[in-house]
Amino acid sequence: MSIKVLYFASVSEALGLTAETIDLPTEVKTLGALRQHLGVRHPALLTTKNLRAAVNRQMCGWEAPIAEGDEVAFFPPVTGG
Amino acid sequence: MREVSVQQADFDIGAEIAALSTGDVAAGAVASFVGLVRADELTAQELGAGDAAAVLSMTLEYYPGMTESALEEIVAQAKARWRLRRVRVIHRVGRLLPGERIVFVGVSSAHRADAFAACEFIMDYLKTRAPFWKKEETPHGSRWVDARETDDAAAARWG
Repeated sequence: MSIKVLYFASVSEALGLTAETIDLPTEVKTLGALRQHLGVRHPALLTTKNLRAAVNRQMCGWEAPIAEGDEVAFFPPVTGG
Repeated sequence: MREVSVQQADFDIGAEIAALSTGDVAAGAVASFVGLVRADELTAQELGAGDAAAVLSMTLEYYPGMTESALEEIVAQAKARWRLRRVRVIHRVGRLLPGERIVFVGVSSAHRADAFAACEFIMDYLKTRAPFWKKEETPHGSRWVDARETDDAAAARWG
């Protein structure tokens, strides 16, 4: 299963990466599982306080399912305005 | 008229406020909010550096595509809660200097209570739900701005 992953702000800076396309093992079925899976290569995903995530540009909880072709994003709490 | 813009360029406050009621004789009230870059003094601890320093500039990052749709969703929620005529939200991105405008929210309605409340609601939700991230730069280094619990509390009071 191939998905696109985007990183923003302090998360992107900590990883030195803004985007990557990855092939996922079939057992990775949720946002939370994806975080753990990517966390092996990118420890900042596990250590960032209050990490947030979106699936297909919608803010989602860690239980959200992910599927082939999804666009997933990881980022810190927002600070606009 | 377009309701939501995310852009690097500055905006004309007078023109934006005027456009909220131009040609609409049913509008009886216009409320607006403008957010500015503050030259905050950061402590050495906040900077993780040896000295305190004032903010020289602020850089705003966003998530193209998601940021616009998040703002449109917030505007739709405001329209569902209050009787509004027109809504305009402009948020700047990129590098901005102290005193520069960051954000504009303008709302028109028949009566003032709807315009006041919707304007505040949109700002409170924007602060906690729209994907923007601020980085402050000083002579002694830069830091990503932390999310504030007071902003979460402000958004939560709308239920």
